[in-house]
Amino acid sequence: MTDLFTTLLNSPVARRVGVPQPTILRRYQPGVALCEEPVLVTGGGRFEAGLTDWLATRKIATLAPADDVSDRLGAVVIDLSAATDPSELDQLRVIGGPAVKRLAKNGRVVVVGTDPATLSDLAAVSTQRALEGAVRSLAKELRAGATANLVLARADSAGGVQSAVEFFLSGRSAYVDGQVVRVGEASGTNPDTLRPLTGKVAVVTGAARGIGAEIATVLARDGATVVAVDIPSAGDALAAVANGIGGTALQVDVTAPDAGRRIVEHATGRHGSIDIVVHNAGITRDKLLVNMDESRWRSVIDVNLGSILRMSEAILADGGMTAGGRIVCVASIAGIAGNRGQTNYGASKAGVIGLVGALSDQLRDRGITVNAVAPGFIETAMTARIPFTTREIGRRMNSLQQGGHPVDVAETIAWFAQPGSAAVTGQVLRVCGQSLLGA
Amino acid sequence: MATKPTPRKARRAAVLGGNRIPFARGNGAYAKASNQDMLTATLDGLVARYGLAGARLGEVVAGAVLKHSRDFNLTRETVLGSRLDPHTPAYDVQQACGTGLEAAILVANKVALGQIEVGIAGGVDSASDAPIAVSEGLRHTLLAANRAKTAAQRVKALAGLRPGDLLPSIPQNVEPRTGLSMGEHMAITAERWGITREAQDDLAAASHQHLAAAYERGFFDDLVTPYLGVTRDNNLRADSTVEKLAKLKPVFGKGEHATMTAGNSTPLTDGASAVLIASEEWAREHHLTPLAWFVDAETAAVDYVHGDEGLLMAPAYAVSRLLARNGLSLQDFDFYEIHEAFAATVLTTLKAWEDPGFCSDRLGLTTALGSIDRTKLNVNGSSLAVGHPFAATGGRILASLAKMLHENGGGRGLISICAAGGQGVVAILEA
Repeated sequence: MTDLFTTLLNSPVARRVGVPQPTILRRYQPGVALCEEPVLVTGGGRFEAGLTDWLATRKIATLAPADDVSDRLGAVVIDLSAATDPSELDQLRVIGGPAVKRLAKNGRVVVVGTDPATLSDLAAVSTQRALEGAVRSLAKELRAGATANLVLARADSAGGVQSAVEFFLSGRSAYVDGQVVRVGEASGTNPDTLRPLTGKVAVVTGAARGIGAEIATVLARDGATVVAVDIPSAGDALAAVANGIGGTALQVDVTAPDAGRRIVEHATGRHGSIDIVVHNAGITRDKLLVNMDESRWRSVIDVNLGSILRMSEAILADGGMTAGGRIVCVASIAGIAGNRGQTNYGASKAGVIGLVGALSDQLRDRGITVNAVAPGFIETAMTARIPFTTREIGRRMNSLQQGGHPVDVAETIAWFAQPGSAAVTGQVLRVCGQSLLGA
Repeated sequence: MATKPTPRKARRAAVLGGNRIPFARGNGAYAKASNQDMLTATLDGLVARYGLAGARLGEVVAGAVLKHSRDFNLTRETVLGSRLDPHTPAYDVQQACGTGLEAAILVANKVALGQIEVGIAGGVDSASDAPIAVSEGLRHTLLAANRAKTAAQRVKALAGLRPGDLLPSIPQNVEPRTGLSMGEHMAITAERWGITREAQDDLAAASHQHLAAAYERGFFDDLVTPYLGVTRDNNLRADSTVEKLAKLKPVFGKGEHATMTAGNSTPLTDGASAVLIASEEWAREHHLTPLAWFVDAETAAVDYVHGDEGLLMAPAYAVSRLLARNGLSLQDFDFYEIHEAFAATVLTTLKAWEDPGFCSDRLGLTTALGSIDRTKLNVNGSSLAVGHPFAATGGRILASLAKMLHENGGGRGLISICAAGGQGVVAILEA
């Protein structure tokens, strides 16, 4: 996938003449420490003590601001969830300024706040909303693969943040930067830190190649039994993916009227349950709206959106997904920011975002979460075909100055799928390195 | 004194599913694929469908009709290159076009006897990547040179070589004992039985139309895995009609009585198939639903050389014996899968079963077996449309029929396959 231009840009010569060099991102590997130590945990919010205790169980050394050391910091967690007045925002500067200076390569800034939507006091709402602007701006200032993200908890909750904080500290979130995740208070625990999806049966559509194949691989690595689904004409590549991860291949067109039933029957019949469904299958049929024909429009809407609606009926019917279930959709930045030539695709992906919001509300009581990832520029065979100027712009115009890898999308999905992420629902998380598009 | 071993009771063998690559016309899409390549891809597709990666099975049995000498251990080599546990034993069988079904009989019988719990039966053939042998003259010369102990003896042996010996020996689709091709044999039988051109073209058109409809309704979604860019059998002509077929010139038979064309005969084809067969217990433990039960099978042979029988008539005999053994009539079936080597083969077989003379003189029956409901015949298309990679046809039919019976919610199906050498392999499935 490395073209001549990229090779030149990353060459020693380019470095010497001052071309900015993207950092090799720290990516998750099972068994490797959650993040570099030590982690500074501070801010005085209601989650600070709990997070400190939890990091100790993960064998990560934590520091308090009073500790008089000047070592490199792996991460800084700033809990400002208790801030109710704009004057308290100065804590970000007071704590954050020195901490960022000490931040190691691929370090992390995680700010914990209270979701302003769950507050009513005017000063408190504006103070908490202010965190988002500060974090998004800080993310653009950080260098060397470091990221800054915000976790917002409900005003009335005392927990729920741990899974999201863990995700942002870990290498799973390598390409997630400048983002906000809102968490509820449902609790769940991963049965096994190394294999958090142990015992789960996961269905991945569009699994024959690209991002879908990576999702299937990562879910299997995390312990899930994977049903790899793709259209019959992609069956040979699909078989290779399924065999590589000890899963099963199911050749079915997601737009078939009985696709949902066949998927549920296969997952429950062969493997005993259907716990995780990743709606990754998608197509593009780009044309300017004035030149768009009916087939291009209809096929994109049906594959990317209509099929998910139809399959959801079967997946959520009796005999389908039960409490603890996880639905994850693959949206796109095009569904947030729009893209020239992609009215159909943008519509379908924005529709998916709408579906995630509404369905997550409907399923909250059933203990099923519904989330989406919105990938930005991901290095795949598809993006490799983009004309080079457009491609270089897409690749570089983000805070991490590089394209993401399919595994970055997969890791985010695998995190949504964890039992421990019960508090995370209705979220659309961008995996884009804080792309300037649609920011 | 040792006690006598208790005889084992036979149990039912289940057909759990199958896989094949799309069949491709010879010297086309798979021209450069070897038998081992195609069989490996087919096996891996089956492994993926049933989650068998790393699994040790009782055995894998398969074969090829056109086989290179280097492929003496074709199936075992295929297993070693597949995702199955390398501790899975395998062996080759060869019974011409009956290979695939005979392989399934072997696996099903071992399952029935409790010798194995699960196995895969398959077959593969490449008409494109065919073995080419050296001439007998050259072979004898080379062997003599190899036996020579001194340089002088070696030179003497090689000096015996004649220019004509250098011509390669290319495999031919002819019966060694008659020198006639299978098509020429079939043409003689078809003429004897008065099989018309129209009836053959009707059957051929129906085969294409049935296969196209089956693809359209997704019937093959869990039976076929694409290979080398081919996603459907490329011999299929969905728009085939009797009118179009009627325009083709006969290729077998002579004069005005010639009725067999390229349209109502199967083309040379490349492809592979495999079927998963297991005990009821193994299926249950692996959460797999048996699609159908392998009830019984029979193989027959006719004397087409000195006797007065058609080369491809053996299935007529085999079915008669199979029905008698199982106490069934020819009409007791919901589906008939009669391999379309040629449209005339199917029509002749049906006509023979309807013929009181044939049934009494040749089959030794008091009454004719009678006619079948033609709407139950090859309902999802057969070899005329799909193509016919010799050893792969049995597995194709077996998996498809098992799925048809399962979709039907039960029933009984008959498989009839004719083979070179005057042989026929037939079987009964029930669901």
